[in-house]
Formats: sequence, structure tokens, C-alpha cells
Amino acid sequence: MLKPPVWVGLANYRTLFRDPVFYTALYNTAYYAVFATPLGMLVAFLLALLLNQKVKGMAVFRTMFFVPSIVPMVAGSVLWLWLLNPQYGLINALLGVVGIQGPGWMSDPKWAKPALIVMSTWGVGGWMLIYLAGLQDVPQDLYEAAEIDGASVWQRVWNITVPFMSPHLFFTVVMGFIGAAQYFTQAYVMTNGGGGPVDSTRFFSLYLFQNAFQYWKMGYACAMAWILFIVILSFTILLFKTSARYVYYGGER
Amino acid sequence: MINKALRQDENHTRRRTAVEKIAVSNAAARRKKRLLIGITYFCLIVLGTAFTLPFFWLVSTSLKPAERIQIWPPDILPKRTIYITQKMKNPSTNGAEVIVIKRNPDDTVVITPLKPGYRGPRKVSLECIRPTERTVYGLEWSNYTRGLTFIPFLQQLRNTLIICVICVIGTLLSCSLVAYGLSKIEWKGRGLLFMIILSTMMLPYQVIMVPVFAIFVWLGWVDTFLPLTVPAFLGNAFFIFLLRQFFMTIPRDLSEAAKLDGCTEFDIYRRIIIPLSKPALAMVGLWTFMGAWNDFMGPLIYLVDESKYTLSLGLAMFLGQYGNEYGMLMAVSTVVTIPIIILFFFTQRTFIQGITLTGLKA
Repeated sequence: MLKPPVWVGLANYRTLFRDPVFYTALYNTAYYAVFATPLGMLVAFLLALLLNQKVKGMAVFRTMFFVPSIVPMVAGSVLWLWLLNPQYGLINALLGVVGIQGPGWMSDPKWAKPALIVMSTWGVGGWMLIYLAGLQDVPQDLYEAAEIDGASVWQRVWNITVPFMSPHLFFTVVMGFIGAAQYFTQAYVMTNGGGGPVDSTRFFSLYLFQNAFQYWKMGYACAMAWILFIVILSFTILLFKTSARYVYYGGER
Repeated sequence: MINKALRQDENHTRRRTAVEKIAVSNAAARRKKRLLIGITYFCLIVLGTAFTLPFFWLVSTSLKPAERIQIWPPDILPKRTIYITQKMKNPSTNGAEVIVIKRNPDDTVVITPLKPGYRGPRKVSLECIRPTERTVYGLEWSNYTRGLTFIPFLQQLRNTLIICVICVIGTLLSCSLVAYGLSKIEWKGRGLLFMIILSTMMLPYQVIMVPVFAIFVWLGWVDTFLPLTVPAFLGNAFFIFLLRQFFMTIPRDLSEAAKLDGCTEFDIYRRIIIPLSKPALAMVGLWTFMGAWNDFMGPLIYLVDESKYTLSLGLAMFLGQYGNEYGMLMAVSTVVTIPIIILFFFTQRTFIQGITLTGLKA
């Protein structure tokens, strides 16, 4: 099945750095990470804040927001491919109701990545639960004090909730970036393994997989794997090194 | 005297206005609070609808007949087309008034007579009855029956379940044993090994995918379930970490007392630690099951023969070949999703605990 390996030195890396698709794949992955992670965090945080209000029926809403995140990835991708269908999909139908001509989503190179980002926002239930757990640890008396001092809702969230939640937010940033680097299943299923249209969803992991198991260029794929590893490692180290500046661990230090 | 009385009166008035002011501000605060609750509910309902709508559309599409799926504007609830014959002489139904209940792909129709005592055929060709079309609400179950026979559903379900169950057993066995060794037995280099195990969590699967594949090729295990199940018996860093943390909370005195009674380490593991750790083990088992059920990349790499496909892989392949059969695709997706949702409803607490625990790692 596999040809015996031959020593080629750094040839794979040399080819890799001259491969335009490699840079496209890097760009696609960076694009996904930079937009999907903050958007997912924002939505999850908003949902957690809403659920943390002491009103009736929270358990029902919590289930509503959480269940999408456990839908099997392939089934979710199939479903979203249909929702995002440019002609007959529900999303463009709803956009049509408010008078917007919906884009081609997965058939338009400009809109394929935003489509995947919108879809990823549907699955932020796990992060929402993490934030919800974190919100229980924010001291309530601080809110009361702030309210007496006349702080607005927005000020209270920004100056009390966010600092106390910073460890959880930090955790999801790290998880979000690592997850983006590994983003594969949805892109593979929704483009039938191709990474189309016009390479717009050929993410790094997808291109790595294609090199290994579609073109059978194992050495080339391993070179890509090293690059992936180095990128993730340096990002994580960078985040952890700088974390002391913006992560607050309940006054333990 | 008068001055004093006046001042007292003044004081009195001032105090009263202060009381009134508090009452007024209380009322304002209450109004503000009610407004806040109203906004909260409004946001929750809007967002809740947005998050639930895809599920609704999944089920709704899966119950629509093929000719009413790709239409504009779409039906919100499943509708179907029925044909009602006019009262006329009709060679094949002897002039009886009939309703067409099912249209076959070959343009023959299954009919139901409106009058009792009808003796004619139940299936006639469409032209024979000169129908008028009408759409009515109704569910089309054939997407499920056709979709589930199109992909060999039962076989793929069996494959998936075999892999899931073996993975759960393997993970529970290996991770609990390793976690025991890392928490309840003192030995040199334990801390270092624990750090090494933890650091493998940083390694994305894609990085080791190719070398691992080469190993399985060398072992001759490609196109068997072994590459998907055997690694479960070799431990998982994150679950080892979780179980170790849990085992650490079990008091030392318990195992020390057992040791005095002559128990071996394995006895302590089996009789004390495992029974006390059921919640943590349930969580690990649940997550492993979910992971194996959802896994796509593993089966995609290692399974070649279609008879060995798992549900996820089968569904993706089905999409690749019949990307336009949305009714059937939605039916199969529904069937693949439902077990996971049922599992969630029965194990909600374990589930949510698990996720919040991952967050606490932060």
C-alpha cells in the first residue's frame, strides 16, 4: 500500500514553501480562526448571560441552546448544506422575507467560509455551559455595590463579569484556535472532499488529509503536519506567556 | 418657639418627601426590573427559535415528498399533492370517484375510492383518471423507508455500535488503570510521566495521522475495525487526567486500611476506587461513546469496504452520491442524530458536569 520511504532531505519543505495552495490553506484556516472564535465566544457569552438571569424556564432554553452542539458533525453538515442551499434553503428563504437576496453560500467562493462560520455559531452550546458555570463564581455583592454606585448594565458586565470570567474566556480562545487548526469534517463533508469552490474551503487540515490519502504524498503530508504542529505550539505558548496580562485568577496572585 | 415648631414641621416635610422619593425610586426600580426581565425573555425566545429552527427544518424536510422539497416558496409544514378525479366515465375505475393517495415514480397512482362497494383496481395509470391536483398537509414517510434501505442502515448501525462499545470498554479499562497508578501508588518518575501524558493533549490528531497510519499499514490492520478500537485500550490523556483528579479526592485512609487487611493494589482498584468513581467513569464512558459515534476522519481513513462503513461515513458517502435527494438525506440525518439526543436527555447531568469540568481546567 505504501512505497518504502526514500531519504529526500528538505525537498518536501522546499516544495511546500513554493506551493500556492499551501498558502491558500493557511489563509483559509487563519480566516476561519480569526472570525469563528470571537464570534462563537460572543454568542456563547451572550447566551450564558441571558440564561444566568433568574427567570423561569431556564432549563428549557438551556437545552435549546445546547443540543445543537452535540448533533453528529456529519449529520449537522448535511443539514446545513440544505439550510444554506442558495435556491431552496431556509436561510435564503428567511432573508428573502426581509427583502435580502441571499448569497450562494457554499457555491460562492466569497461566501463559503462565512457560511461555515455561521454554521459553527450554531454549535457554541458547550462554551455557553462553560461560561454559565463560570458566572456562578462571580461575587454577587460586587454587582449590588456597582448598582448603588449607579453603574449601567453594560458597565457592570464589562468591569465585573468579564474580568472574573477571563480564565474561561481564555480557555475558549485557546480551544477555539486549536479547533480551527484541526477544522476538517464539516469542510470535507460539505464540499464532498474537494475543498471547493475554488479552494475557498481547502483548510489546512483538509489539504493535509488530501495530500496523505488522496494524492498519497505521505512525506509531503508529514512536512505539513510539522508546520501545523509548530504553528499551534507557538500560538499556545504565546497565548499562555501573555495571559498574565489579561487573565484574572480571583486575586490568587 | 414658633420658629422651632416651624423648623420641626419643615423637618417633618423633608422627611416625608424623602420617604416618598424612596417609594418612587422603588417603583421605578421595579419597573426597570420588569423591563429587564421582558427584554431577557424576548432575547431568549428569539434566539431559542433561531437555534431550534434547523432541527424543525430537518424533520420537516424529511417528511416531505420529493416533488415538494425543491420548490419556492417552501412549505413550512410538510404538504403533499393528491389528485381527485371528477365525476366522469373513467375506463379503469368504472366511473367511480376516487382520491389518489400516492403517486409512484412511474406515473401510476394508488387510489382510494370515495364510495364503499368499489370493486375496481387499486392502482391505475395517472392519465386514466384525469385528476385535479390539490395540496394538503400530510406526512411522507417513504424518505425514511427508502433512505434507510438505500444505505445499508442496519449494517452500518451495527458497525458503529460495535466500534462504540469496544471503545467505551477499552477507554474505561485503560484510563482508570493508568489514573490509579498516577494517583494512588507512589513511585519515582510519576510526576514526570504525568506531565508527558498531559503534553500529548496538545498534539492535534492531524499531526500524528500519517505516522499512525503507516504503523497500521505495517500491522496489516487497514480495512478492519482494529485501528479504530485498539487505540482506546492505550489510554486517552484527557480522560486519564479527569479520572486522576477524581481519584485524588478519594481519601487515602480507605486504601491504606484495605492494604492493612491484606488487599493487593488491584483489589483496592477493583473493590474500592472503581465503585466510588461511578459518576466520573460514567462521564468518560459517555464522552467516549459520543466521540466514537461522531468520528468521521478515522473511519474515512481506515475503512475501505462499504460493508464496514459506520453511520457517519455512510451518510457522507450517501451525500456524495445523491446530493440532491434532500428528503432522504434529512431522514437519514434525523435517524443518526436521534440516538445522541435521546442519550443526552437521559444523562443530562453527567453530560453538563463533564463540559463544565473541562472549563474548570482553565
